[in-house]
Amino acid sequence: MRFIRTKAVLVSAALAVTLAACGDAGSDDKGRDVDADKDAAAALPDGSRMKEIADSGKVNIGVKFDQPGLGFKGATDDVPTGFDIEIAKILASKLGLKTSDINWVETVSDNREPFLTSGKVDLVLASYSITDDRRKVVGQTGPYMITGQQLLVKSDSDVDSIDDLKGQEVCSVTGSTSIDGINEHGAKGVGFDSYSECVQKVLDGTVSAMSTDGSILMGYAAENEGDLKVVGDEFTEERIGVGYSKKEPEMCQWINDSLTSAFDDGSWADAFELTLGKSGSETPEPPTLDECPAA
Amino acid sequence: MSASVLYDYPGPKTRARHRTYSVVTVVVLLAAVVWFFWRLQDHGQLEYDKWEAFVTPDYVRVILVDGLLQTLKMAAFAIVFAVAFGFVFGVGKLSEHAWARWPSWLVVEFFRAIPVLLLMVFIWYALGIKADNSAFWAVVMALTLYNGSVLAEVLRAGVLAVPKGQSEAAYAIGMRKTQVMMLIMLPQAVKIMLPAIISQCVVALKDTALGIYVVAPGLTYVVKQVYLEFHNQVPAILVVGSLYILVNLLLTGLATLLQRRYVGEKKQLDVPMVGNAATRPKTIA
Amino acid sequence: MQAVLDNFDLYLKAFGYTVALFIVAGILSMLLGTALAACRVGPVSILRKATAVYVTVTRNTPLVIIFATFSFMAPMLWSHLNFKWVEVSIGEFDFSPFFAAAVVSLTLYTSSFVCEALRSGVNAVPVGQAEAARAIGLPFAGVMRQVVLPQAFRASVPPLASVQIALIKNTSVAAVFGIAEATSRMRSFNNDFGSQRTEIFIAFAIGYIVIVELFSFGASRLERRWRVAR
Repeated sequence: MRFIRTKAVLVSAALAVTLAACGDAGSDDKGRDVDADKDAAAALPDGSRMKEIADSGKVNIGVKFDQPGLGFKGATDDVPTGFDIEIAKILASKLGLKTSDINWVETVSDNREPFLTSGKVDLVLASYSITDDRRKVVGQTGPYMITGQQLLVKSDSDVDSIDDLKGQEVCSVTGSTSIDGINEHGAKGVGFDSYSECVQKVLDGTVSAMSTDGSILMGYAAENEGDLKVVGDEFTEERIGVGYSKKEPEMCQWINDSLTSAFDDGSWADAFELTLGKSGSETPEPPTLDECPAA
Repeated sequence: MSASVLYDYPGPKTRARHRTYSVVTVVVLLAAVVWFFWRLQDHGQLEYDKWEAFVTPDYVRVILVDGLLQTLKMAAFAIVFAVAFGFVFGVGKLSEHAWARWPSWLVVEFFRAIPVLLLMVFIWYALGIKADNSAFWAVVMALTLYNGSVLAEVLRAGVLAVPKGQSEAAYAIGMRKTQVMMLIMLPQAVKIMLPAIISQCVVALKDTALGIYVVAPGLTYVVKQVYLEFHNQVPAILVVGSLYILVNLLLTGLATLLQRRYVGEKKQLDVPMVGNAATRPKTIA
Repeated sequence: MQAVLDNFDLYLKAFGYTVALFIVAGILSMLLGTALAACRVGPVSILRKATAVYVTVTRNTPLVIIFATFSFMAPMLWSHLNFKWVEVSIGEFDFSPFFAAAVVSLTLYTSSFVCEALRSGVNAVPVGQAEAARAIGLPFAGVMRQVVLPQAFRASVPPLASVQIALIKNTSVAAVFGIAEATSRMRSFNNDFGSQRTEIFIAFAIGYIVIVELFSFGASRLERRWRVAR
C-alpha cells in the first residue's frame, strides 16, 4: 500500500518540478511567507536553545540551493523555494519568527555536519537522510518525508535495476547517502557536487545511470522527457529529517512537537501541495516521527 | 618574421610548400570552427532560451555584480595580502639570521609544494566554517598563502638581481643593513618585480575559479546557479570562460606595459613556478 | 592521525590516482607541447599564429573551466568524447571515462605551458648554433631536430620541471570532477573525522610534498647531467 502511495507522490513531484522549470527567466513563484506563531513561541521553556534563538530574533537554517522542488535558489532569487524550505518556515514560525527572520545558509552534502557541530546553522533541512552514522555526530529527528533511491537512465537503456550495474560507474552527489547506497549494491559511485552534473553525464552517456531519491529523479526525467526515464524499485528507504546540534538535545522534542502540529493542522500538507505536490495530485499521509532519545 | 635564424629566407619552392601548409591549416581550423557551431546548433545550444539568461538584464547584473565583481574582489584581496606575505617572508629568507631564514624558508616551501585546492578545502573546513562568508575567505586565504609564497621567491630573486655595486656603494656611504634594504635594494627590486607580480595576479584570478569546490561566491558560483535554472551548461561554460580570458588578457596587457616602462627590454626575472605572462625579449625564435 | 592510519589503504589509493594522472598527463603534455613548440617557432606564419592563440587562450583560462569543457561540453559535441570506450581496470585502480576526461583536460592545459618552456629553451640556444646548422645546408626540420631542439630540451629542463610540478598540484582539480584522488579524499576524510582536520591536512600535504620533492630531485639530477657545456 505504501508503495503505491509513494509512486503517486513521486509522479506529482515530477510534475511539480516540471512546472517550476517551465517558468520564464526569473519566475515569479517565490513561495509564501509564514507568520510567526506567538503562542508557540511563548510556550518555549526558559533556558532552552529554542528560547535563545527566539529571543535573538534570527535563526540560521542550512538548506540546499541546487535541488529543484526541495531546496532551490535561482541566481536572481532572494529566498530559496522548495519543500525543505516550506518546512523550515513552519519550524521558524514556531519560534515566533517570521519568514524574513530566517537566514538561509547554503549547505552542500559534505558540510552539513560541520555546519551543525560548529554552530554555523541552528537547523539543517537539506534533503538530509537520517542515518545511524550521522546520528553519532549530530542530532537528527523526523522524518518529515519518506522517499527511496531509484535509478535514472537513458530512455533506450536496458537497465532496470541496480543489480544490472554491478562494477559500473553510477553517478550521485559526494557526501550523500545515495552514493553509499550505490556502493552497497556493487556499483561504483562517482560523485559531483550537485545532481545536475550527473544528469548531464547520463545524457551524454559517460555513465549508464545516476541514482538518488526518486522524487529528485522524477523531476529530471520529466524535464528531459523522451531522453531519460526512472527505473527500478526503491532499493533504499530515505527518511528525510531535520538536523540539529547534539549539544542541544532539547531541540529534538521541540522539532517533533512542531512537526506533529504541522501534520495535524494541515500546514505540512499545504507545504507539500505548494511545492512537490503542485500538480494537484494526492498528498501523502504524514510519516511517523521517531522518538527522541531520552535526555 | 624572416628575422628568425632558424630557417633561410624561403625560395620559390619553399614558399609554395608553405602556402600549401597555410591553406591546409586554414581549412582545418575553419572546418573545426564550422563543425563546432554546427554541433552546437544540432544540440539546440544556440537557441535563444539557452542564452536568454545572458541577455536578461536582471541576470546580467547578477553575473557581473555577484559574479565577476566578487571574483575580482577575492583576487584583489588575495593579491594585496599575498604581496604583504611575500614581502615579509621574502625579506625573511634573505635575512642573515638563521632564526628568521629557516622558518621563512619552511613556510614558503610548504605552501609552494601543496595544491592550492587542498589548502582551500582545509581552510574552508577548519577555521572558516564559523565565520559568515567562510568560503569567500577560504579562497582568499588559500590564494594568499600560495601566491604569497611565490611572491616571496620573486622578491628574493628581485633583490638578488640588483647589481652588487648598489649595496656596496650604500654600505660605503655608511648606511645600515636595514637602510640598505629599504632605501636601496627594495625600491629597485620592486621595479624589476612588477611584471612578475602582475603575472601572479593572473594566476590568482584564474585560481578563484577553484572556489566552486568550496561553494564560494563568484563567477563560477553564479553561473552554476544560472545553468541549474536554465539547463544551459554549454553557453554557461562559454560565457564564464570568455569573461575570465578577457580579464586575464587585460591584466597581461598591463604587465607588458609595465615591463616596457620600468624594466625595458632587459631579460625578465626568471623565477621557477611563476607564470611569465609578459612578452619576452626577442631572440632566435 | 588515527583517521588516516586506519584508512591508510584509501590514502594510498587516492595518491595512486594522483600519481597516475600526473604520469599520463605529464607524458602526453610533453609530446603535445613539443609539437606545439615546433609550430610556434616554425616558418609557417599561420601555424605560428594559431599556436600563439591556442597558448594564450589555454593559459588564460582557469583549469576548472577546461575541465568543465571536457566533462560537459565535449561529449555533447561529439558523443565519442564521453570516453566511454576508456574502461581499463588495473588491479585496484579503475581508469574510467572520468579519468580520461581529466587526463585530456590536464594535458591540453599543461601542454601550452610546456610549449612556452620549450620556446624559452630554444631562445637560450646561441644564435650561432642555428646559423652554423643552416650554413651546412640543413633545412628547418634538420636545424630543429639535430641542432636546436636537443640543446633546447637541455636548457629547458628547469622550466619544464616547474611546469610538471605545477601539473602534480593541478591534478587536484580532478577532485571537482568525480575522481577520488588525494584532494577529494581529504575532503571526505575531513567530513567523516571532523575532529582530526589538521592532522588529516598535514598527512595529505606531506603526500604531495613527497611526490613534488621526489620529482624535483630527479629533475635536478637530470639537469646536472644534461647541462650543456658552454
